[in-house]
Amino acid sequence: MPQTLFDKIWSRHVVAQEPEAPAVLYIDLHLIHEVTSPQAFTGLRARGLRVRRPGQTVATLDHSIPTFSPDLPILDDLAAKQIQVMEANCAEFGLRLYGLHSPNRGIVHVIGPELGLTQPGMTIVCGDSHTSTHGAFGALAFGIGTSEVEMVLATQCLLQRQPRTCAVQVDGQLGPGLSSKDIILALIAKIGVGGGTGHVFEYTGPAIRALTMEQRMTICNMSIEGGARAGLIAPDETTFEYLAGREFAPSGADWEAAVARWRQLPSDPGAAYDKTVTLDASALEPMITYGTNPGMGLPITGRVPDPDALGDANQKLALDKALKYMGLRPGQPLLGQPVDVVFIGSCTNSRLSDLRQAAALFKGRKVAPNVRVLVVPGSQVVKRQAEAEGLDKIFLEAGADWRYAGCSMCIAMNGDQLQPGQYAVSTSNRNFEGRQGKGGRTFLASPLTAAAAAVTGRITDVRTLLA
Amino acid sequence: MAQFTTLTARLAALPINDIDTDQIIPARFLKVTDKAGLGAALFADWRYHADGSPKTDFVLNQPAAQGAQILLAGDNFGCGSSREHAPWALTGYGFRAVVSTSFADIFRSNALKNGLLPVVVDAATHAELLDLAEEAPTAALTVDLAAQTLTLPGGHTVTFPIDGFSKTCLLKGVDELGYLLGFADQIAAYEAARP
Repeated sequence: MPQTLFDKIWSRHVVAQEPEAPAVLYIDLHLIHEVTSPQAFTGLRARGLRVRRPGQTVATLDHSIPTFSPDLPILDDLAAKQIQVMEANCAEFGLRLYGLHSPNRGIVHVIGPELGLTQPGMTIVCGDSHTSTHGAFGALAFGIGTSEVEMVLATQCLLQRQPRTCAVQVDGQLGPGLSSKDIILALIAKIGVGGGTGHVFEYTGPAIRALTMEQRMTICNMSIEGGARAGLIAPDETTFEYLAGREFAPSGADWEAAVARWRQLPSDPGAAYDKTVTLDASALEPMITYGTNPGMGLPITGRVPDPDALGDANQKLALDKALKYMGLRPGQPLLGQPVDVVFIGSCTNSRLSDLRQAAALFKGRKVAPNVRVLVVPGSQVVKRQAEAEGLDKIFLEAGADWRYAGCSMCIAMNGDQLQPGQYAVSTSNRNFEGRQGKGGRTFLASPLTAAAAAVTGRITDVRTLLA
Repeated sequence: MAQFTTLTARLAALPINDIDTDQIIPARFLKVTDKAGLGAALFADWRYHADGSPKTDFVLNQPAAQGAQILLAGDNFGCGSSREHAPWALTGYGFRAVVSTSFADIFRSNALKNGLLPVVVDAATHAELLDLAEEAPTAALTVDLAAQTLTLPGGHTVTFPIDGFSKTCLLKGVDELGYLLGFADQIAAYEAARP
């Protein structure tokens, strides 16, 4: 029977399957960070357990660390303690940690691919819902809770029920001024934040094939915002080209053998999916959100929807509540909406190509008066690459702030955050109430749309600046 | 893990769709290294003013909700982040079950590992429970996990789905790691057979 990419990865990782019980699924790569792992190590100690395969767990610091120089003291005692606990746990259990001063430290979903740890056909987990990012390489990658982090540390396995599959077919090609962020925001606006629940997405079609690895990662990253725990893209020449020569990628004869194996992974012709969704990339405009979940998104020339036009009482209530929080009126255009802050960063859009896109727009322009712009590279490697190209100078000359790697204002638990009532255009993944700081109001968009808002001080159709 | 057999308790209604884990517990409360004490941060931004005083119009601050152990929420409860701090905050506050028409995948998985029962009901039952919460906010419901039933004060009983494995784990208070450790030999054999 023809198999999907998901079927192939799943079936190769089932260690055991008892009747009625979930499968015992083997995990190839486990990534951990300081926020969702401490209680798992406490659990191991309480049971007298060791880490089964220390070589298959890799740790970094990203969520609670400040994005100032790591040479500066960490003023938040709780964050400082979390970092110390992570260092102690990794030392005690023999795990590799890309720590505070490591040249490879960065956001967990940026450094995994960057180091070549993320490879096609793998199972990859992390105590972070954006683990779906790694699916861009044709790996089955999903977020887990801390109890599951403990299970993986102890057994290198998880108990999982087989999810259903959903093909996301993206036809056509993106127009100028658009990027993969617009594809994923359009998809989530179409299906809603619960649309993918119980499913794993596989993104297919010419618009996906045309994307670079970094652009593919942006799409897979936000699968969880559509409710899907994982999102996959079949590996191809673009994938192999990205991986070749990276530190932990296979080399020599092993590389040839690996590529031969990886070529067998794409879904077989005629393989069946439980569900299919289609999208036409050619018809897309730059996308932006207006509400308090990532499904509340619009083409940038659109108008804020009217709750009274909704038939469903619960949806009306949700939209009413969202517009009240956002301080927006039904029917108002988003174009021209003033913004206070622009954030360019996060595991969604902090890679070199994202920064290049933003920098191209900043070049020769200035940040609008009274707008604060924060540019935060996804890793220290990205930071050095950007600086080698002079991107930091472009950002600084325009009047933006240029920081060290970290999750920064995406999660607002590290000192970078919005003030109550402030409006931000953000390249991150969540516009939930308070996500970027208590009372802060977030518009999610692409790096290009964010840069356009930075230089104009308002929500702007970036295509008008590219002409 | 905390055992769950039966529960008779009152309901607190938060009938909002897509309640994300950033609302259940905002990220600034995640700078902890243990699980205890998170109940105080449950729904913090909906529950407290900036000065820390309670918002009196929020359901958990109303007299009728005191002692509630069952939360009634809208569709797709627990979407967003994978933070297990969300069920830790809910159980830390005193909730033992959440009733909704649907749950986000990671939240459901995390809840089941913490003795917090996700109860899925259909839209009609959800509406009936919401009416009950408005009309008789101190009335008690009974959840019987073995029978997979939810019984309303008037005696109306509905069944809810749960997979047999999770049900057994909850009824016996057995955790999944204990079960998984029993596969050590198969895991070793799998590792040995890998290319």
